[in-house]
Amino acid sequence: MGDGRLVIDGVSKRYGEVVALDALSFEVRAGELFGFVGSNGAGKTTAMRIVLGVLAADAGEVRYDGVPLDLAMRRRIGYMPEERGLYPRMKVAEQLGYLAQLHGLGPVAARRAVANWIERLGVADRRDDEVQKLSLGNQQRVQLAAALVHDPAVLVLDEPFSGLDPVAVDVMSEVLRERRAAGVPVVFSSHQLELVERLCDRVGIVRAGRMVACGPVEQLRAGGRGLLVVDAPQAGADWAGGLDGVRVRGREGSATLLELAEGVDDQAVLRAAMATGPVREFRHRRPSLVELFRDVVSNSDATPGAAAPHTGAETGTSAGLVEPTSTASSESTVTPSGGRSWPRRRMPR
Amino acid sequence: MAEEADAAMTDPVTDDSATPATPRSGSATSGRAAVGAAMVEPVPAARTGSGGGLDARPEDSGAGPGDSRRILLLVARREVTARLRSRAFQVTTVLFVVAIAASVLILNAVGGSSSTRTVAVAAADGRQASAIVAAARSLDTEVRIRTVTDAAAGRAAVLDGDADAFVRLTAAGGGYQVSVKEDLADSLASVLTVAARQAALEGQITTLGGDPATVGRAIATAGVDVDTLRPAAHRDGARLALGLLSGGLIYIALLTFGPQVAQGVIEEKSSRVVELLLAVVRPWQLMAGKVAGIGVVALGQLLLIGVVGVGLGLGTGELDLPAGIAVGKVAVALLWFLLGFSMYALLFAAAGALVSRQEDAAGVTSPMIAAILIPYVLGISVLPASPDSGLINVLAMIPLFAPILMPMLIGIGSVALWQVLLSLALTLTLIAVLVWLAGRVYGNAVKRSGTRVSIRDALGGT
Repeated sequence: MGDGRLVIDGVSKRYGEVVALDALSFEVRAGELFGFVGSNGAGKTTAMRIVLGVLAADAGEVRYDGVPLDLAMRRRIGYMPEERGLYPRMKVAEQLGYLAQLHGLGPVAARRAVANWIERLGVADRRDDEVQKLSLGNQQRVQLAAALVHDPAVLVLDEPFSGLDPVAVDVMSEVLRERRAAGVPVVFSSHQLELVERLCDRVGIVRAGRMVACGPVEQLRAGGRGLLVVDAPQAGADWAGGLDGVRVRGREGSATLLELAEGVDDQAVLRAAMATGPVREFRHRRPSLVELFRDVVSNSDATPGAAAPHTGAETGTSAGLVEPTSTASSESTVTPSGGRSWPRRRMPR
Repeated sequence: MAEEADAAMTDPVTDDSATPATPRSGSATSGRAAVGAAMVEPVPAARTGSGGGLDARPEDSGAGPGDSRRILLLVARREVTARLRSRAFQVTTVLFVVAIAASVLILNAVGGSSSTRTVAVAAADGRQASAIVAAARSLDTEVRIRTVTDAAAGRAAVLDGDADAFVRLTAAGGGYQVSVKEDLADSLASVLTVAARQAALEGQITTLGGDPATVGRAIATAGVDVDTLRPAAHRDGARLALGLLSGGLIYIALLTFGPQVAQGVIEEKSSRVVELLLAVVRPWQLMAGKVAGIGVVALGQLLLIGVVGVGLGLGTGELDLPAGIAVGKVAVALLWFLLGFSMYALLFAAAGALVSRQEDAAGVTSPMIAAILIPYVLGISVLPASPDSGLINVLAMIPLFAPILMPMLIGIGSVALWQVLLSLALTLTLIAVLVWLAGRVYGNAVKRSGTRVSIRDALGGT
């Protein structure tokens, strides 16, 4: 009670024979921006719709503040559905006022909140226009206002950044940070991984209805299999090809990107490089979120097993308001066995 | 910091006045700078609710009955506003009212000129005045007598339009000399001919030594005594017209507003706004609010038309019924409309929920359209000729047909009270069944987008 966390606990959903969610679990803490990523059809939207009660789960439950969500509580969630939806023939301000009142605000408070948000999101001059007459970008802004107008205690946004111009992306990012600062748990899905990496405190990668990686971005990157960057200008094209346990993953200028198998001594690689001539650069590079994502998603036999055990993650990190780098001290749920090779880890089903 | 964040979490929604006070004021602040602003204000208020947001809810935000009423009212009000704003609605309402008013007034104008005639008679011919009035009464024509001083004044009255004709006895005493402005109306010509013959007859009786008054009385008392073996109920045109008109208006209203319910449901599905709504509103609330809102608008439109039509009809005397009966008939018609709309609106709402695009609407709404059309077409084609048709009487028992046929029969007066009550009971029963059935179909189908949902799936469950 009272911790203001949104907990998705073992939620399953199947459509006939298709398993959309397979005991999906993760949590979003108060004042935390949680990025929810995964390829199309991985189950992100299904999960969000279940949180909002638009869809009923077959198993599992969603709790906020320790209590299973009910209709009254769901009114306090700000929701942006994947397929945007507003009354096309209703005026902007009226529409937002209506939605605010459905969410429980009184008429006066609703009017004031609407005025604030349309001003803030730059659509104040369109307040008396029908939504269908707005440009797509402005419709998106109104949609965001619809998610925020009742001052939600939780934000669930499905692809909030899709279709936004760079200015709107900045506005959206700022609003999300600000909501985080106000102590709201914010979860959003996105395919723009650089954005997720920059913005989020923690990230969950979902594949085929299961959480395959979940934790602070820095920690996921640290846990992921990095690459060794070696710049030996005089070396031949395949100088590293013959080394044991070393795979050439590509070249960047004169540098070679190497992937080392477990237990391979990087000093041996350095010696091999120096044997070809001078070495200008020799460093380990952490994988970017994009690389991690590709690894997880493209690797079809990486049977995921490392779902977020929120029970283990509850050991009171201050989370919330701190920058992502500081949160890196909190646990990542990706690598429970401590191995660095989580994308390749096999788990017996 | 974390603790403050936790506190700020506490339901800012609770306190309406505190809501906008949160961070929006600093519009362009960076995320970091906004932290301070965001934290400061809500904290004192938030402290009241032990950190957990749940116990600090406003009293009506739960799912209690008060909340349901509030939500229903909000949804219905949105529907009413949306309809009233629609150009199509405004235009059709004005057209309806104008059409009803115009037809009553035109009827009155046409009828007025043919029924009441003014005949100028010189004071010297005073006896002819009563003869003309008597002749007019026997021919069912209204004639007013205007007494003038002499022939010159009589001609002047005709030329001024104050009288339709000026009548004098001819010098010979065997007929009338009639002066008109342009021509003599047929009805007036008949009246004057009868009166002239009467005058000639009286002249002859006097000449023969008889008393015209005695002869007149004898003629007046002689008549035909009719013995009706199977009396037909009293019918009159005004009742038939009122019955058909109320049935027809209900038909038009059902056909206008019923499909609007389906359209409204589909609009919410196709625009996906339903996704946003269903996160905070239960499906039945959304359906009931929509049906109620559109129903109120439809009822208002009918009421306006009824009041204008009956008011003008009574005012001009065109509607030849006691005011109490006319108002009663309108009230009964409105009640039947309400019942009919309830049935059809529920059906249309459920049907609309099955599809996701306006283009597919026709496929699911055609059965209802047919069910509205059939009783109307049968009613207006059968009833004018045989107002007590047994077929129509039986069909009016069927709940889906009753809202159109019953007002027609009640207007005409050719239906027994027990039939009305039975039909009413059947209709109410069907409404109760439909509330359950439509609620189920709507609730199961409205969340599914994409292809058409089969009724079996929609009834089956989630």
